[in-house]
Amino acid sequence: MATIAFLLNGTPQRCDVSPDTSILTLLREHLAQTGTKEGCASGDCGACTVAIGESTTGTQRYTSANACITPAHQLQGRHLVTVEGLSEKGHLHPAQEAMIECHGSQCGFCTPGIVMSLFTLHSDLTQRPSPLTPERLEAALGGNLCRCTGYRPIRDAALSMNAIPYQRPQWFDATLPDSEIDTQPSDSSQTVAFFAQPASLAELAQLRQSSPQARLVAGGTDLWLESTQRLAPLDQLIDVSRVAELLTIEEAQLENQTGWWIGAGVTYTQLEPLFEAHFPAFAHLLHRLGSQQIRNRGTLGGNIANASPIGDTPPVLLALGAQVELASVTGKRRLALEDFFLDYKKTALAADEVISRIFIPQLVDSSQLRVWKLSKRREDDISALLGAFSYRVEQNVLRDVRIAFGGMAATPRRALAAEAALEGSAITREAFRAAQQALEDDFQPMSDVRGSQHYRQQAAQNLIERLYLSLSATDQEVMLHAYAH
Amino acid sequence: MRTLTKLDGDSSRARRELHDQIQGAGPLARHTVDSTGQRQAGSASFHESAEKHVTGKAAYIDDLAVPADALHVALGLSPVAHGTLTQLDLNKVKEAPGVVDVITFHEVPGHTDIGPVFPGDPIFVDQEISYAGQCLFAVAATSLQVARRAVKLATISIDEQPASLDPVAATERGEFVRPTHVQTRGDWQQALDQADQIIEGELFVGGQEHFYLEGQACVVHPTEDEGVIVYTSNQHPSETQKLVAEVLDIPFHAVTVEVRRMGGGFGGKETQASPWACIAAIIARRTGKTVRLRLPRSDDMHATGKRHPFHNRYRLAIDAEGVIQGGEITVIGDCGYSPDLSDAIVDRAMFHADNAYSLGDAQVVGHRAKTHTASNTAFRGFGGPQGMMIIEAAMDDIARQVGEDPLTVRKRNFYRDGREVTHYGQQVDQRQLLHTLVETLESDSEYWVRRKAVSDFNATSPVIKRGLALTPVKFGISFTAQHLNQAGALLHVYTDGSVMINHGGTEMGQGLHTKICQVVARELGLDLDKVRITATRTDKVPNTSPTAASSGADLNGMAARDAAGKLRERLFDFAAGHYSEGLDREGMRLEDGMLVAGFGESERTIPWGELVQTAYLNRVSLSEKGFYATPLIHYDRSIGQGRPFYYYAFGAAVAEVSVDTLSGEYQVDRVDILHDVGDSLNPAIDIGQVEGGFIQGMGWLTSEELKWNDKGVLVSDGPATYKIPTFGDLPPVFNVALLEGHPNSMASLYRSKAVGEPPFMLGICVWSALRDALSSLTDYAISPHLDTPATPERVMLAANAIRKRVL
Repeated sequence: MATIAFLLNGTPQRCDVSPDTSILTLLREHLAQTGTKEGCASGDCGACTVAIGESTTGTQRYTSANACITPAHQLQGRHLVTVEGLSEKGHLHPAQEAMIECHGSQCGFCTPGIVMSLFTLHSDLTQRPSPLTPERLEAALGGNLCRCTGYRPIRDAALSMNAIPYQRPQWFDATLPDSEIDTQPSDSSQTVAFFAQPASLAELAQLRQSSPQARLVAGGTDLWLESTQRLAPLDQLIDVSRVAELLTIEEAQLENQTGWWIGAGVTYTQLEPLFEAHFPAFAHLLHRLGSQQIRNRGTLGGNIANASPIGDTPPVLLALGAQVELASVTGKRRLALEDFFLDYKKTALAADEVISRIFIPQLVDSSQLRVWKLSKRREDDISALLGAFSYRVEQNVLRDVRIAFGGMAATPRRALAAEAALEGSAITREAFRAAQQALEDDFQPMSDVRGSQHYRQQAAQNLIERLYLSLSATDQEVMLHAYAH
Repeated sequence: MRTLTKLDGDSSRARRELHDQIQGAGPLARHTVDSTGQRQAGSASFHESAEKHVTGKAAYIDDLAVPADALHVALGLSPVAHGTLTQLDLNKVKEAPGVVDVITFHEVPGHTDIGPVFPGDPIFVDQEISYAGQCLFAVAATSLQVARRAVKLATISIDEQPASLDPVAATERGEFVRPTHVQTRGDWQQALDQADQIIEGELFVGGQEHFYLEGQACVVHPTEDEGVIVYTSNQHPSETQKLVAEVLDIPFHAVTVEVRRMGGGFGGKETQASPWACIAAIIARRTGKTVRLRLPRSDDMHATGKRHPFHNRYRLAIDAEGVIQGGEITVIGDCGYSPDLSDAIVDRAMFHADNAYSLGDAQVVGHRAKTHTASNTAFRGFGGPQGMMIIEAAMDDIARQVGEDPLTVRKRNFYRDGREVTHYGQQVDQRQLLHTLVETLESDSEYWVRRKAVSDFNATSPVIKRGLALTPVKFGISFTAQHLNQAGALLHVYTDGSVMINHGGTEMGQGLHTKICQVVARELGLDLDKVRITATRTDKVPNTSPTAASSGADLNGMAARDAAGKLRERLFDFAAGHYSEGLDREGMRLEDGMLVAGFGESERTIPWGELVQTAYLNRVSLSEKGFYATPLIHYDRSIGQGRPFYYYAFGAAVAEVSVDTLSGEYQVDRVDILHDVGDSLNPAIDIGQVEGGFIQGMGWLTSEELKWNDKGVLVSDGPATYKIPTFGDLPPVFNVALLEGHPNSMASLYRSKAVGEPPFMLGICVWSALRDALSSLTDYAISPHLDTPATPERVMLAANAIRKRVL
């Protein structure tokens, strides 16, 4: 047990809960706040959406999170806002008013979560006014499943809520005085169960060395399922989400390449501006990765360390030639990303190491990046397969071709034979046909719940065909732009 | 800004003002304000719980406070689909700290078979295991987490046997949960023998997980007698009352079941909410403690049945114009391991194998195949959608064969004068409405202009193909089990004039309680705020039917109306005799919160509150019960003929899609819907049902894919792998309207029509539009085979297959 000090809807709270406690359990079982619902306990339905406020430069910024898979201990010093807190002294929040006005609830079970997603959208719009595009709405609400309404009235509520007068309630900017926050013991050796929150990489490396059995947690968006779905104990946790060195994005040179060092703890949401500017295809993929609640929490380092064959970012990073930096008390080392993935869920990370940073080189000399993800549902779904292609065209000849796939092997992997078929070739049907053939040497995919082996093989080949058409038949639409760029 | 207060007149005025404000600022919120101001039946009142929903105050089962010593139950489920349980060692489970009770088949005091209509559903496995997810034992502990972890300590030995998972093979072997049923009209064999052309096809129609956001849940308190009070998320409290009493071996009156609201039902809580209540009740009686049982999502998906997958075939005789002369249709429902409701579900698939089209001289055969999966169950449409799919597939196929637009072929085949009787002998009333509705939609949606645009686009776009389809719905309204078509209501008026109504229906989000309050408000001439509804309870209205078959408002609304009408007449009689000025009994009415007698200058009014108070002081009963039984309906199963439906509800929808024929990805670009609800009881709620039903139907046919491994274990067992539509699946253009000016031709509740299920099948137009887009790869010469759900995988493989056929 350890104490968490935080604000709940403006009111200071101190709770003693075990490290594996989620925010949802904290709310429903320890604080008797049952407005926040459990729909799936896996971060997929959004019924448990809450807002977490973090104060930067005096103003509170709220982001949405799935309470079911967010560690309660990460609330330390933060402001948790739930559906119970939105209406102040009987005044409904515009998100609530608009939902009633537009008949946005039927059974009502998903409604608190939807209201909370609307609340974060509303506060975001208030703080950074900008047009409410369909894409923005989709990003804000794609992680909230509703089985009754079909979403039309919810869309109307989102579009109309800003017309409703709103006075920011007093609790909105409330922060917890520093004196209320205990510093977490970094020395974990004293206790059996702990939730350590190191602030520096040095501290993190020390913890990693002294407690190699402890699990690392950043967003918890995958790790927490071990607790909620597989009932595994998560009693020793090292939280990397407050390690300063892991939270930065820096422009840098590495081996004559210009690029960016991205801290392993940088969230997808935080990556968006950089990717929008330099890797639009990657940014588009981010919009289809998980939901807003997940993107607010999940990190690039987590996606790599997780080493799932169907993680969304690794194939793109492989195509871009990214490198990872691993740190321990003895120092740092650097690896090409393809050398990091060893086998199914096995990586080169040693027991005392952490991923500290990822280097992504800039696209140079008119290099192109294409990222194509195939899944059953466009939003908030896991890839059946994902192809990432980087190349440049020099006088109708393909150069520096790097192709990587997820969902085609036990790890995210480059398609070396297909790359070879295209490298130095002119853009001809024959060359691409050879690349399609080569894919059969590169991969023997498997059948699972997301797709059959036959489909994966065929679809991967069709993505090569799409690449060919996008380079040769430039006057044609060869993909649907809601899915791909 | 407005104050959140209790629902009173000020509050509703303020809401109307706010509404106008929103309307002024943006045209997006639908026009929903009631012009009469009282929000009675016919007006677009808000859901009675809307404020509670948005503030988190609406309580669901898992939100109910329980005593500190309450027990929490987790279930031990079978990991294999078929076999014999040879050993169940629960010693370690019992010894785990925090575990209070563990029960199996042998601890059940009364009935062990809890089959709802027919036997076949053991509460726990005794020896034979029939599906993966079947319940072996239950553990009660001090917390849910303790109970769930203790479940894993069990030692389970099973002599595993091969699982039967293919309903077609099961049908060939004659493995059924119920006998095959046949409906025949005319000489169908002769129609085929003498046909100009014969067309045939087959289709696999996938099942569907309900994915109610609130999973199965109940709380059971032991009472001071030998009984229990059950709080449950449940569409059929009376059946749960019966089953709980039977497993406990106590009289029904010892069991009270209460349902305030469900976080979604969709049919999944009609029969399949009862087992959990039965298990919790046994433990509550054994321990004397309050027991909470809530299924975690994955357990819920493994343990409970789904929409039936179907394998359907058709063989039809058509003339040169593509008009069906006769033929045969066979539907095979994959029922899972037990009958549950499958008899009625496969029947309903058969009743809808014609959809809106006359089959001529036809035979429809329905098999109920037995397989080793969870027992498939009710789901919005109840087999109707699966039946309709085969004839809609046939319509597209016929169109390609005769070289006509599918809409033209559909319209030619509609029921019409001279072709007005179904294959089960019911005359289709209001058949002209179907033509009117489709022609209106065809014109409003600019079908033919867009057809040309789609064809033009496709001619120059080899990879991206667009598709367009208009499909109709004709859906029969009534339970096909005649005795279920009854309902009761209980009305109390208190001495302050406030009114309480209870009825046998349950609220699952469909707005039933709102509509019932509106009915009572209209009958008594009161503002809606004067009428309140409370939880559905078996001790208030007994022996109720499930809230199912779209019948909730039709049946219970009539019962509530009956109660209100009787009370009103009693008050009129009293007023006519009581007031000294001699009120005219003939023209008495209740309006605007007053009793009004006489007309013009002789009009006299008595405020409702005063009337009620006076009646009370004069010892007039202010409580009344109501009852309703649907007239006219009958069906003779021995000959497969009758009039099973009181009336039909109609609708139609147009979808336009874009398909990437290389990747199989697609998007729904635009949908237009026109739907028939007779005279709407509440246009806002009805629109909500139409839109929600459509999207749910679209999900069934597109992204929602149930997958089992080859051993029969469900592998799509959570929202990470089972994908219901999400926000971005809402079509960017979504025009939805209710057909106006066509009241129900039958004497239904204010001439309204049921709306729960019919719109679900509007989603078929999306699937048909996908086929249309694929067909364009062959210049509309070939009708592509496209089983459902039409996932991007299926669409891509269908595109590959159809391309090969042309090359």
